[in-house]
Amino acid sequence: MVFLETKNLTKKFGGNTAVNNVDFTIEKGKINAIIGPNGAGKSTFFNLVSGFHPPTSGQVIFKGKDITKLPSNKIAELGVARTFQTTNLFDQATVLDNVIVGHRLRTKSNLFDAIFRTKRLKQEEKQCRDKAIEVLDFVGLTDVAYKLAGSLSQEEKKRVAFALGLATDPEIIFLDEPAAGVNPDETDGLAELMEKMVERGITVCLIEHKMSMIMKLADKIMVLSYGEKIAEGTPEEIQNNEAVIKAYLGGSAIA
Amino acid sequence: MAGLLKQRNIIAVLIVFAIVFPFITNNNYFIHIMTLAFIWIIGVYGLNLLAGYTGYLSLAHAGFFAIGAYSLALLTTKAQMNYWLAFVLALIITSVLGMIIGLISLRTKEHFFAIYTLCVGYIIYLVIDKWDSLTGGVRGLIGIPAPGNIGPIEFNTPISNYYLVLFFLLITVLVVYRIVHSLTGRTYIAIRNSEDLAQTIGINTMKNKLMVFVISTFFAGLAGALYASFIRFIGPDIGYITITFDLLTYLIVGGIGTLSGPVIGTILIVWVSQQLQFLQDYRMMIFGPILTLLVIFYPRGISGGFIDWRAKRKEKKQNQLNLENQQMLSAQETSAASNKNG
Repeated sequence: MVFLETKNLTKKFGGNTAVNNVDFTIEKGKINAIIGPNGAGKSTFFNLVSGFHPPTSGQVIFKGKDITKLPSNKIAELGVARTFQTTNLFDQATVLDNVIVGHRLRTKSNLFDAIFRTKRLKQEEKQCRDKAIEVLDFVGLTDVAYKLAGSLSQEEKKRVAFALGLATDPEIIFLDEPAAGVNPDETDGLAELMEKMVERGITVCLIEHKMSMIMKLADKIMVLSYGEKIAEGTPEEIQNNEAVIKAYLGGSAIA
Repeated sequence: MAGLLKQRNIIAVLIVFAIVFPFITNNNYFIHIMTLAFIWIIGVYGLNLLAGYTGYLSLAHAGFFAIGAYSLALLTTKAQMNYWLAFVLALIITSVLGMIIGLISLRTKEHFFAIYTLCVGYIIYLVIDKWDSLTGGVRGLIGIPAPGNIGPIEFNTPISNYYLVLFFLLITVLVVYRIVHSLTGRTYIAIRNSEDLAQTIGINTMKNKLMVFVISTFFAGLAGALYASFIRFIGPDIGYITITFDLLTYLIVGGIGTLSGPVIGTILIVWVSQQLQFLQDYRMMIFGPILTLLVIFYPRGISGGFIDWRAKRKEKKQNQLNLENQQMLSAQETSAASNKNG
């Protein structure tokens, strides 16, 4: 069975087609990457898959279930997590406090529980806290768990974003430019972290501009250009694909 | 732990002070002012949950305050209903109207939400002002009864009213405290930080926003109902925009998004403006600049400024401690190394 796939996925903003008829399958337990020049529709593709925008036409199927029309919070409940290029954290609170809410979707306590401090609330609060500590440990941020989020470095913020996504107990995580704005050493660290996620059984799908990283890391790559899929395959296949080279370097380079 | 105990002590001292306050002053006017301040604080707490913790600045709060007040007034004077039954009904009416308005207004965000609710608040004011046959129009409603007896307890003296309002205030603070320090509160804060992010981590933002909007209007209605039976006379001006901005000023001065902010801001401003009453409308010449400076230098108000200062100091201390530990460790290492060599 295919893990997650899109069929003829299309998104039009007025007359502008941001994503055009994209068929893509994501393989379970692999690192899948989406690359493409600026404005190719990569982020829009993410937004469609994670339920942020409804597609104009086409389908998104996750584990055999059509999730095209579900709102993003329901998609998250099914086990699809995503991160953003920039993560807004609550700077005046600790990192741990910021991550605790990531497990909220697996809890049931409501306003009544909050006002009357029920047993369920206490138990679920502990559950969320334990989860936050666990994922912070996983992403390597145990040392800064009690620091204020505002004092973190760019790279640490990226890791907090990963932690938040992981706290939702996902089966697949979509990472939008996880290594943007961090230095090469830190990029390697983040790449290792993605491999660690896959070892844990979490499928990874990422958008990235850093080619050297992608070519080393990804098992499978899809290339988008002007909203259309122009290539799909292993890093070797992509590197030698004429259409890809043309899209990146312009038409004249091929001849 | 020491910090927590200290905080607890402060709260205990404040509660004790609030309880013995009427015996200290013996001045009915001061008790009156304090009771009014408490009523405002309840409303400000409602606004704080929505604007401070969830990030939705509602400017319709005076409207809901007025709905609570008018519901109680109409049910007791025109429908001759039992006071406490009317009281409960007034809260329900405000919350239900809050839910309906919330359903529509929460489709907007940020400044659009603020402007939308500003209009809603003004419409509520206009309805009260113009619906002469029901609300008495500009003449308002008179003869609102004092809170009904609960068993042997009567509420027809200023002191008994003071304690009744204090009781509701303490409940409000407790409820807000518990909401804020629960998973539900964390959910609201997550929505404030980034609604998109909140939704991606599986939070149903619309449901949560609606919930907090209703709680917020509930507290505004509670404050309104208490106000009506405390002042015993109400006019449409209690629903006017100025009341909304009064509440907002109390919140911003005290500290938006903090638990102690509403109490600090309201009591401070109410007392200072009492002291400056001899200046009449020129008071604003003092308030204006102070408020501007406060917003520039302490955007999170008095309470928020204090919290930030404490957090920074704590972090500095922690960093210093880490540095000292490191120095000690390296010193030990070098001495150990030299011992080995020697």
